[in-house]
Amino acid sequence: MTGRSPLSSRLLCGAAGVAGLFCVMELAGRSGLIDPIVFPLASTVVSRAAALAADGEFLADVASTLGAWAAGLLIAVLVAVPTGFLLGTLPRVEAALRPVLEFLRPIPSVALIPLALLLFSDRFDMKVAVIVYAAWWPVLINTMYGLKDVDPLAKETLRSFGFGRMAVLWRVSLPSTAPFIATGVRLAAAIALILAISAELLAGGASGIGTFIIEAGGSPDALEYIIAATIWAGIIGVVSNSLFTLAERRLFHWHLARTGGTR
Amino acid sequence: MLEISNLDHTYGSGPGAHHALGGIDLRVTQGELVCIVGPSGCGKSTLLRSIAGLLKPTGGTITLNGTPVDRTPDDLAVVFQDYSRSLFPWMSVGDNVALPLRRKGMDRGQRRAAAEEALEQVGLAGASGKYPWQLSGGMQQRVSIARALAYRPSLLLMDEPFGSVDAQTREDLEDLTLRVRNHHNMTILLITHDIDESVYVGDRVVVLAKAPATVVGDLRVDLPGPRDQITTRENPAFVHLRAEVGRLVRGMRSHPAAAS
Repeated sequence: MTGRSPLSSRLLCGAAGVAGLFCVMELAGRSGLIDPIVFPLASTVVSRAAALAADGEFLADVASTLGAWAAGLLIAVLVAVPTGFLLGTLPRVEAALRPVLEFLRPIPSVALIPLALLLFSDRFDMKVAVIVYAAWWPVLINTMYGLKDVDPLAKETLRSFGFGRMAVLWRVSLPSTAPFIATGVRLAAAIALILAISAELLAGGASGIGTFIIEAGGSPDALEYIIAATIWAGIIGVVSNSLFTLAERRLFHWHLARTGGTR
Repeated sequence: MLEISNLDHTYGSGPGAHHALGGIDLRVTQGELVCIVGPSGCGKSTLLRSIAGLLKPTGGTITLNGTPVDRTPDDLAVVFQDYSRSLFPWMSVGDNVALPLRRKGMDRGQRRAAAEEALEQVGLAGASGKYPWQLSGGMQQRVSIARALAYRPSLLLMDEPFGSVDAQTREDLEDLTLRVRNHHNMTILLITHDIDESVYVGDRVVVLAKAPATVVGDLRVDLPGPRDQITTRENPAFVHLRAEVGRLVRGMRSHPAAAS
């Protein structure tokens, strides 16, 4: 065991990388390698992004995007987990639905935004619908995969004590699938954010980070605003991903301990 | 208490079918510790899974305490060889032991107390807060045994229970099994491929032939008790019985003088 934990040294390296990129971009702008008119200075973008954090209008847009993101993700999980269990435990139902799933899965979710626009008059509902559709796939696939991974001996152990099918599903299959479901939710969260902003970019709507970016296009400092807002979208993605990873590690330490994961 | 007559099982059908059990007859009386030995792949586990109601045999009958076994009997517990897969990693040791007791209608406090008591009996007092994967292999198998003990089954099935631990731990667990058996006067059916082990722990050794398995030998073990890893194993009667079981397992004819 060395003194420094791998996590803190990784954080340190990451911070150095970000700082390095910032310096390179700033130098390229100041030395004239990149014309600041064509592409704004790194420092200008960062100060603009900092200003946005105190901008009420922008914060309302962020809240709107996050609202649709959370609602869509929640609905997707509530639908995908039971569906995954149904398909995972009833092979006939799975066989019947498999062709439908195989056909729908490769369709890029973004391509469904125009269709969703026609189906939903309310822009927020449209956003949520697209997010639900995109986010349910990873959760569904991971749930089904996790169910296949449940140890038959663990199920048999409980059965040998006289527990019935439902009890085995509840006490063995669900807890043993839970880490897989959690991974699915983490992946779905990232996809949901992409879809939320894509829907806003394509369909406009009253508010959202994507709407902010489109509307900023008309202003004289368009580029600065667009890059600053994009940076915030990225930060939200990174933060959400780390929170999910942290929760996974806390809740499923037994899974990591068994599979030998050290991440 | 356990009566098996003409038990037959075939996996699959057609040319690929595997005839695992070829008409097994076996009676086990209350309080007996019967060891089933046989060569690898002879259908020992198929027999155990049939008794546990985990597998529906294609022929014959099994009766436990007068009731035909057509699904998992209520007062039966199984200790599997693979403790790391049989214990639930998301639960603490105490919760693992207490979980089956839900079937007994015990409340939380009673379940916890019974789990603590069983863990104490297997020498794991104070380990209930740990997780199974934090324990050594031998300790994990002790937890499985405690889980079965706490359940107080009328019949305990053990499927190669000491097959995945080192020799020293194996001896400890054999003695532990004998101790708890005497304490609870439990009926135990222990499956093993280890001839020495079957003679050391068993009151009776039942030898199965290669698949399709049939009973080719049923020997009473009359060794002075309590058994001891050193003195019992050097007892001439032990050496003699071990040779006898070994001959039967290898499919040789029984030595005429040893026939019981």
